[in-house]
Amino acid sequence: MSIKSVDERRLREVALTPDEYRAIVEQLKRAPNEVELGMLGVLWSEHCSYKSSKALLRRLPSTGPAVVQGPGENAGAVNIGEGWAAVFKIESHNHPSAIEPYQGAATGVGGIIRDVIAMGARPIALLDSLRFGPLPDSSRHLEGVIAGIGSYGNCIGIPTVGGEVYFEDCYANNPLVNAMCVGLVRTDQLMRARAEGTGNSLLLVGADTGRDGIHGASFASVELDDNSSERRPAVQVGNPFLEKCLLEACMDLAHTDAVVAIQDLGAAGLTSAVAECAGRVEGAGARIDVARVPRRERRMTPYDVMLSESQERMLVVVQRGREREVESIFHAWDLTSAVIGEVTDDGQLTVFDGRDQVARLPVSLLTDGAPMRRLVGFAPEPPFGLEIDALPPLADAGETLLRLLASPNLSSRRGVFRRYDHMVGDATLVPPGGDAAMLRVKGTRLGLAVTVDCNARYCHLDPHLGAQLAVAEAARNIIATGATPLAVTDCLNLANPDRPDVYWELEETIAGLAYACRTLELPIVSGNVSLYNDSNGTSAIYPTPVVGMIGVIDDYARRLGAGLRSEGDFVLLIGSSHNDLGGSEYLKVEHGHVAGRPPALDLTREQAVNRLVLAAAQSGYLHSAHDCAEGGMLVALAESCLLGGLGVRCPAIRPEPPLRLDAAFFGETPSRYIISVPSRAMPELQSLARRHHVELSLLGLAGGDVLEFEGQLKLSLAELREAWEVMLT
Amino acid sequence: MKFGVVVFPGTWSDRDCGWVIDQVLGAELTYLWHKEDDLKGCDCVILPGGFAYGDYLRTGAIARFAPVMERVGEFADGGGLVWGICNGFQVLCEAGLLPGALIRNASLEFRCEWTNLVVERKDLPFTSKCEEREVIRVPIAHGEGSYFADPATLSRLEQRGQVVFRYCDPDGRVVPGANPNGSLHNIAGIVNARGNVLGMMPHPERCSEAELGGTDGLKLFRSVAENALKVLVS
Repeated sequence: MSIKSVDERRLREVALTPDEYRAIVEQLKRAPNEVELGMLGVLWSEHCSYKSSKALLRRLPSTGPAVVQGPGENAGAVNIGEGWAAVFKIESHNHPSAIEPYQGAATGVGGIIRDVIAMGARPIALLDSLRFGPLPDSSRHLEGVIAGIGSYGNCIGIPTVGGEVYFEDCYANNPLVNAMCVGLVRTDQLMRARAEGTGNSLLLVGADTGRDGIHGASFASVELDDNSSERRPAVQVGNPFLEKCLLEACMDLAHTDAVVAIQDLGAAGLTSAVAECAGRVEGAGARIDVARVPRRERRMTPYDVMLSESQERMLVVVQRGREREVESIFHAWDLTSAVIGEVTDDGQLTVFDGRDQVARLPVSLLTDGAPMRRLVGFAPEPPFGLEIDALPPLADAGETLLRLLASPNLSSRRGVFRRYDHMVGDATLVPPGGDAAMLRVKGTRLGLAVTVDCNARYCHLDPHLGAQLAVAEAARNIIATGATPLAVTDCLNLANPDRPDVYWELEETIAGLAYACRTLELPIVSGNVSLYNDSNGTSAIYPTPVVGMIGVIDDYARRLGAGLRSEGDFVLLIGSSHNDLGGSEYLKVEHGHVAGRPPALDLTREQAVNRLVLAAAQSGYLHSAHDCAEGGMLVALAESCLLGGLGVRCPAIRPEPPLRLDAAFFGETPSRYIISVPSRAMPELQSLARRHHVELSLLGLAGGDVLEFEGQLKLSLAELREAWEVMLT
Repeated sequence: MKFGVVVFPGTWSDRDCGWVIDQVLGAELTYLWHKEDDLKGCDCVILPGGFAYGDYLRTGAIARFAPVMERVGEFADGGGLVWGICNGFQVLCEAGLLPGALIRNASLEFRCEWTNLVVERKDLPFTSKCEEREVIRVPIAHGEGSYFADPATLSRLEQRGQVVFRYCDPDGRVVPGANPNGSLHNIAGIVNARGNVLGMMPHPERCSEAELGGTDGLKLFRSVAENALKVLVS
């Protein structure tokens, strides 16, 4: 079959390959028209079709006793008890944020909020995982993204309670902006975006449709190049006020049973929303009329309307005959709504412009028709090894600690999170700045712990192990608050998968995630893949599988913070330390290398340590718990001091060979926590540790305003704070 | 005793204020929709935090024209208790119920953090449960909370003792370092001359339960609950 009928430039514009075009013609038994080509182009983009990753993603575990809704809907949902479900998802907005940091980040937040609303849940928390190139060159990205996130979250009134910010050379041209939203809904009121019921009406609500964001999904599926700034019109503009009204109106929909389904309009706009809604119901189709779509610009073509990615819009499937009842709810919030079509049973998405039919495509061709790409993975040369014995011994532990605390990757994030409203909602029990944040479920004693985490340096050095470490660390963040990890959402950020080394990274990443989540019994209930995070074919990002995790504590009165609480408490290290300097922040800051193997992870040990911490927390033995992560034991200990405003006095550390002193202080062995314990609870804790076969080492006693290891380092809290609180913005 | 919490499109502290009134304080609560022009017999009207009408144009600039605001103005004129928190303070200034204006924070950034406030008036229906010059801890969350007024207005406010809350250090000293937003004279909240209309940038509804980090805000709600009826009777 010839592809002469369509010129190649046009195909490039809609980001379809000649092979994909041939597949379309074969299945339709005719050439698609312009509108159809545009619709297929966006839905077959990597961003919407997952054509490079879908086969691999099937390996991820997504079931478990708590799962109420797994992948495939607007967001995942898990049962957290007392009739409540937590609804959550993470999504990337990397490409738009690279071009237009403020609006790119703002609309990323807006989009993920709508995913949660579409499930019928009230959003209660936002988190953001951010990565930039080194400062000061990346300050435009950093400043714009933080301002954009704040502008949206603060205005709409959903607290931003957590997140992470990292700096690494590889993100200089490709910053990463991943936004996660968590919501709550009664389990019996969970909505699903299924276009059930032939003849039911399709109601489009919220913002009018403009020309903004056309081809956004396609743009997100190619590498950035020197002309990318010309794609600025493909970046949408956010209106958080409108979304706040949309949110409240959608919450009011719970009072009627006339609503069959709600679907967010995100990437690929109306085309995707209608096709996905219909695609979830066997044999269902839809007929819509673009002439009925409220617009903000004149002379928009059917093509423009179908592909627009204007923000703050939702599609609502309404029982036939009850449209006015539903529309009155939106009108109360001064929101526009219009019946634009209806559900059919012909399996076709048919688009009219008034009386003229402008497109007719099988729903299955749109949602599942994209030929899966068979890519080849090839392991690259392993990154540089690390001769640990060649590293000079630690000269001055105190000076090194101060430099680490002041390093951009480890310094205090207070300058960032004080720019986000993290208290609105009257539910924030553990504020940002520690391990996981915790929110209460009002009207119950339940606490919901939430976190996002990934150490991409580990993933660069070993993607399989790095992905496991990301899951393990997120789980430790949750456990450090006293909560039990429950489920995961993941955002896989990688470079161009057409490169065999990158596709190999994708394979390894997913295998590592699957292994860790299966072992720790954590289902992945939602997620997102963002590929092509490279520029001009050269600078590729580290594989960055960001793990979003939630956990639950039955009674939030037993929650723990990371900061030391009481003078005289015993301060201990749970878990054992090894010479884990590979990929460490110490190695980068003090020796200038990103090298070696990431710390080995033994998930059996990890589980034993976690069980001990949870058992001790539930028995009320602990006053604080903090996960040892980047910067190792000493940085974690310094953070516990700074967060609690209390010093610690410790005898000198004399590591047993072969453990090096620098590794004992700054090595990043996983499966370790810093805890503080009142002296009366020590005997019980020690016997509990023996029962769990976990090593427990006493570091020192809490008190005073100095962090000291006798003869090795002695620093006042004021000195530590001065180093740590260099503000990023 | 019945509290009315006004809901503009874009308001978000309505539910937080409502939670404290209903669940913590145990007082009667009703929400007042911006399109309504009836205060439903409330004894105290709260204008809560948020971004009313998106705060487009200027914070509070559009909200003052909402139908409910006409009733709120009459209610205030008649001596009824009106309490503007954060965005509500901005609306009260725009509506002319309080003097001055709230402008962009001196840092040019949004700030969400705990602040210390010294209570300078405890003879008001809003603060009677506080001690003389008590220092209370209350969080702020705003981008435009820097109190500004012309010199004449400012000196009139000071002379008449209309400044109710000032940002201070933990020991109650009103120092520049304790000022989170560049407010003139560290002003965090003011009252009208008659003493029945209070505007404040900090959020007492966010610190009315121990698990949220403090309970100083509850003193203000308790004060109002105790005094609102007396005010109306007098």
